[in-house]
Amino acid sequence: MKKMLLSLTAILPMLILSGCNMVVFEPQGPVARSITELINWSLIWMLLVVVVVFGLFGYIVWKYREKPENKDYEPPEEHGSTLLEIIWTGIPILIVIALTIPTVKTLYALEEAPKGYEEKEPITIHVTSADWKWIFSYPEEGIETVNYVNIPEDRPVLFKMTSASTMQSFWVPALGGQKYTMPKMETELYLVADNPGSYEGQNTNFNGRGYADMKFEVLAQTQEDFDQWVDDVKDTAPKLTEDEYEGLLKPTHLGRLTYSNTHLEWVNHADPNSKAYTNPELYRGHGYQGKTFEEDDNYKNENPNVIEGHGEEESHDSQENHGGDHHGH
Amino acid sequence: MGIKWDEFFITGDPLILGSQIAILLTMIGAVAGITYLKKWKYLWTEWLTTVDHKKIGIMYIISAVLMFFRGGMDGLLMKAQTARPEMEFLNSQHYNEIFTTHGVIMILFMAMPFLIGLMNVVIPLQIGARDVAFPQLNALSFWLFFSGAMLFNISFVIGGSPDAGWTSYFPLAGKEFSPGIGNNFYAVALQIAGIGTLMTGINFIVTILKMRTKGMTLMKMPMFTWTTFVTSILIVAAFPIFTVALALMTFDRLYGTHFFTVSGGGMDMLWANLFWLWGHPEVYIVALPAFGIFSEVIATFSRKSLFGYKSMVFSILGIALLSMVVWVHHFYTMGSGPAVNSFFSITTMAIAIPTGVKMFNWLFTMRKGRIKITSAMLWALAFVPCFVIGGVTGVMLAMGAADYQYHNTLFLVAHFHYVLIPGVVFAVFAGLYYWWPKMFGFMLNEKIGKWHFWLFVIGFNVTFMPMFFLGLNGAVRRAYTYSAESGFAPLFMLSAIGSIVLAAGFAVFCYNIYWSIRYADRNISSDPWDARTLEWSTASPVQFYNFAKLPEVKSLDPFWHMKKKNEGLTLHDSEIEEIHMPSNSWVPIYMGVIFGIAGFFLVFEWHIAAAVAGIGIFAGLIIRSFDYNEGFHVKKDEIHRIENAWRKTEGEVHDHVS
Repeated sequence: MKKMLLSLTAILPMLILSGCNMVVFEPQGPVARSITELINWSLIWMLLVVVVVFGLFGYIVWKYREKPENKDYEPPEEHGSTLLEIIWTGIPILIVIALTIPTVKTLYALEEAPKGYEEKEPITIHVTSADWKWIFSYPEEGIETVNYVNIPEDRPVLFKMTSASTMQSFWVPALGGQKYTMPKMETELYLVADNPGSYEGQNTNFNGRGYADMKFEVLAQTQEDFDQWVDDVKDTAPKLTEDEYEGLLKPTHLGRLTYSNTHLEWVNHADPNSKAYTNPELYRGHGYQGKTFEEDDNYKNENPNVIEGHGEEESHDSQENHGGDHHGH
Repeated sequence: MGIKWDEFFITGDPLILGSQIAILLTMIGAVAGITYLKKWKYLWTEWLTTVDHKKIGIMYIISAVLMFFRGGMDGLLMKAQTARPEMEFLNSQHYNEIFTTHGVIMILFMAMPFLIGLMNVVIPLQIGARDVAFPQLNALSFWLFFSGAMLFNISFVIGGSPDAGWTSYFPLAGKEFSPGIGNNFYAVALQIAGIGTLMTGINFIVTILKMRTKGMTLMKMPMFTWTTFVTSILIVAAFPIFTVALALMTFDRLYGTHFFTVSGGGMDMLWANLFWLWGHPEVYIVALPAFGIFSEVIATFSRKSLFGYKSMVFSILGIALLSMVVWVHHFYTMGSGPAVNSFFSITTMAIAIPTGVKMFNWLFTMRKGRIKITSAMLWALAFVPCFVIGGVTGVMLAMGAADYQYHNTLFLVAHFHYVLIPGVVFAVFAGLYYWWPKMFGFMLNEKIGKWHFWLFVIGFNVTFMPMFFLGLNGAVRRAYTYSAESGFAPLFMLSAIGSIVLAAGFAVFCYNIYWSIRYADRNISSDPWDARTLEWSTASPVQFYNFAKLPEVKSLDPFWHMKKKNEGLTLHDSEIEEIHMPSNSWVPIYMGVIFGIAGFFLVFEWHIAAAVAGIGIFAGLIIRSFDYNEGFHVKKDEIHRIENAWRKTEGEVHDHVS
C-alpha cells in the first residue's frame, strides 16, 4: 500500500512538470488558451482533493492497522457524526461551485469569436469530413483543399462543419477544443492562431478502418502569405467536377489536393435535404455479408425531384458569393 | 435463403485460426471429460436446471471469470499492437473488432454478471430469506445472459465481430457503413442478455422489498443490500431504453428502416442519446453494488459498523437519481449549445458530492478501528486512492468546456479505467475473497491472494497512468497505430509493460482458485472473518434452504450483535419446521438455448429460420404457463441431520483470522 501511495504521489507532480510539453498545455491561440486556463484551475482544486484524501487515507490506515500490540483493542460503537458529514458535504459543494462558474463562462465564450477578436472580420471555411479525409471549402475565395487548411494568423476562423459520411470530430488541439461533424447538420467552431505555424488536426471520433490516419494540417500564415496562396491556387489549381468529387468521397486515404472551385456548388452536406453519398458496397469487408438497402435519396438515383428541391434548399442559406455559379445538377 | 457458406467461418487470420482450433479442442475435451467421469446427470440436476440462487450466482461468477479472460485477451492484443509506433501485428479492422468486443464483454459480460453473481449468492442470505422472490425467473435471467454472451462471443470465429465500438455509434454501425453482419451480433446478443438483466432487476426489487426477515426494516438493511436494491431500480429504469434502442438498431440493420441512418431522414444523434440514457446509469449499475461490497468489507475488517449509515443510503439514492440526468456529458462536443452543456456539466459535477460523502464515510469507518489487512481488505484499501484519481479526472472531464480538449482521447480512456477497475474489478475481487468461504466452505489462499493483489494493482497503475499523459498530448482512443514522430512511443511502451503485469496478476488469481480447490483447508468456521451480517450466521457452504430457522433482526449488523449478546445462535429441535422449496426446472435452460438459436438465425438474417425458432420461444412460454409444480417440502429429519452436521463441528474448527 505504501509503495503504491509513493508511486502515485511521485507521478502527480510529474503531471504538473511534464505539462509543459503536452499539446493541451501549449495553447497556440486564444481559444485553446481559455480552455487551458480552465484546466489549470481545475487541476489546482483536484490536486487539493487528492492531497487531502490521500493524506487522510495514509494516516488512518497506518494509525489503526492491526498490530500485535492492539490485538485486544475493541473498536468503539460509532454511527456517524452530523457535523463531520455536513463538512464533507459542504466543502465539495463549494469546490463544485468554484469549478462551475468558469466552466459555464467558458462554454458561452467558446460559442463566439474570442475576446479581443470581435472587431476582426472572421473568415468562413466549410469543413466536410468524409471517410477518411477532410475537405475544406473557402466559399469567399472559391477554392477547396483536401487534408490541409491554410488560415491567416491573428484572425478568427469560423469553421462551418458537416460530414459526408459518419459522425466525426474535428480537433486541432493546439488551437482549441473539438466539435462533431454530422451528416445533414451543421456545427460551428471558432479558432484563432496567434502566430504563423503548422498544427496537426485530426478526427477523434472512430469511423472505421481508416480512422487512425484521418489527419490534416492547419497552416497559419501571415495575411499577405495567405492572400498570395489564395491567388496562386486560383491561378494554378484544377477545377473539381462532380464526378471527381464522387470519387473523393469513396472510403479512401488521399494525400493533399487543391482545387480552384468548391463542391458547395452542387452539394452542401449540411443541408438536411441533400443527397446521401453513401455506398455500402464500398465498405464490404471480411466476414458474412448482410443485405443492404436501396435509398431513395442516394446520389446514384436519377430522381430529378429530389435534386431540384435540394438545389432550391441550398440557395437560401448560401449568402456567400458562390450563389452566382450555382446550378442544379 | 441463399446461405453463403464460404463467408460463414472467419478465415485467413492465424490468431483466429488458432482460436478456432482451441475452441474446438476445448469443447471436445469438455464433452469427453464429462462423459468419462459420468457427470452429465450431476451437471444437469445440480447445476443446469437449478433454481437455487447460490448455484445460479456461482454460475454467473464462473461465466464472468471466463469473460474476464476473453476481454482481457482483447486488451492485451490492443496493448501489444500499440506498444510500438506503426506496428503491424494487427490490421486496423482486426483492432477495431477487438476494442469493440473488449468494451462490450468487460462491461456487459464481465462486470455485470460478476456483480449479479455476488448479489445472487449474498442478497437472500443477507436479508434472511430462503431464495429470491422468483427462483425460476432467476434461472431464466442467467440462461438468457449466458445465451447472449455466447452468441456475442462466437462472432469472432463465425460471421465476423462487431467493429463499431462498444458505443456502436450510428451511422457507422448501420448498414450504410457496416454491411457485414458483425454489428447484428451486437444488436441481437445484447438484446437477449439485456432481457435477462431486466428480469434480474425486477426479481431483486421484489426480493428485497418482500422477503426480508422479521425485524429487518429498510434502514436496517446491510449496505450491499441497499446498493443492490437501488441498482435494481436503476436496471428497471434504464434497461428498457437500451432494449428499445437495440430494437430500432435491429430494424435499421435488418429491415431497412431509417431511425439512425444518414439516408431517409434518420437521426444519428438519437442513437447517441438513447445509448447514453442507458449507458450512463449502466456505469452506476455496476458501480453501486461495488460500493456496497466495499462497505461490507471495510466494516468487517475494521471491526466497526459503517460510519454514517444514513448518509450512505442517501448518497446512493442521490447518485442513482443524478445518474439519470447526466448522459449528455458523453457528447458535449455534439454542439448542443452552451445552455445544455452547462446544465449537464453541473449535474455531472454534482455526482462528486455524494460520492465524496461515501469516500469520507469509508475512511471514518476505518478510523478508530482495528484494520485487519486481509486480501479482501487490501482490495478495498487500494480502491480508495485509485478511485480518487478516477474521480478527480472525472470532475475534470465533467467540465464541458475542458472536455472539448479531453473528449475521445486516451485521457478519457484512462479516466474510465480508473473508475471501473478500482470501482468494479477491485470490488468483485474483494467480494470474491470475502464471500468465497461462504460459497464453497474453504478459503482462497491469502498468500497467493497478496501476490494477485500487488501484481494486479501495480500493473493497473502502470498500464493506465501513462494514458492520462498520452491523452493530454493528443493521442486519441481507438486508433490502431500512431506515427513515430508523435513522440507517444515511450509511454505506450510503458503502458504495454503494465498490461503484462496486470495479466500476470489475473493469472495468479486463476492459480489461487486452482490451488485453493486442491489444497485449501476444508475445516473452517462458518464465520471465518468475524463478520457482521446474516449470511455468516449459517453454514459454509450454505445448506440449500439457507436458514433452518429464519433469523430475527433487531439492529444494524445483526449477526455482530447476536454474537455479542449470544442470542439466536443456537437451534432447538422444537424450532425446526418443514421448509417449502422450489423445484428444479428445465425450462430456463431450454429458453436460453432456443433464444440463442433464434438470435443466431436473426444475426445471419435468415428470417424464416429465426421465425421457426421463435415458435420454440412461445412453446417454452406456454409450457411454463401450464407448469403446476408447487415445489417440495424438506422433512424435519433432513433439516435436523444437516443442521447437526455443521453446528457440532463449529467449536473445533481452525479459526483463520480472528
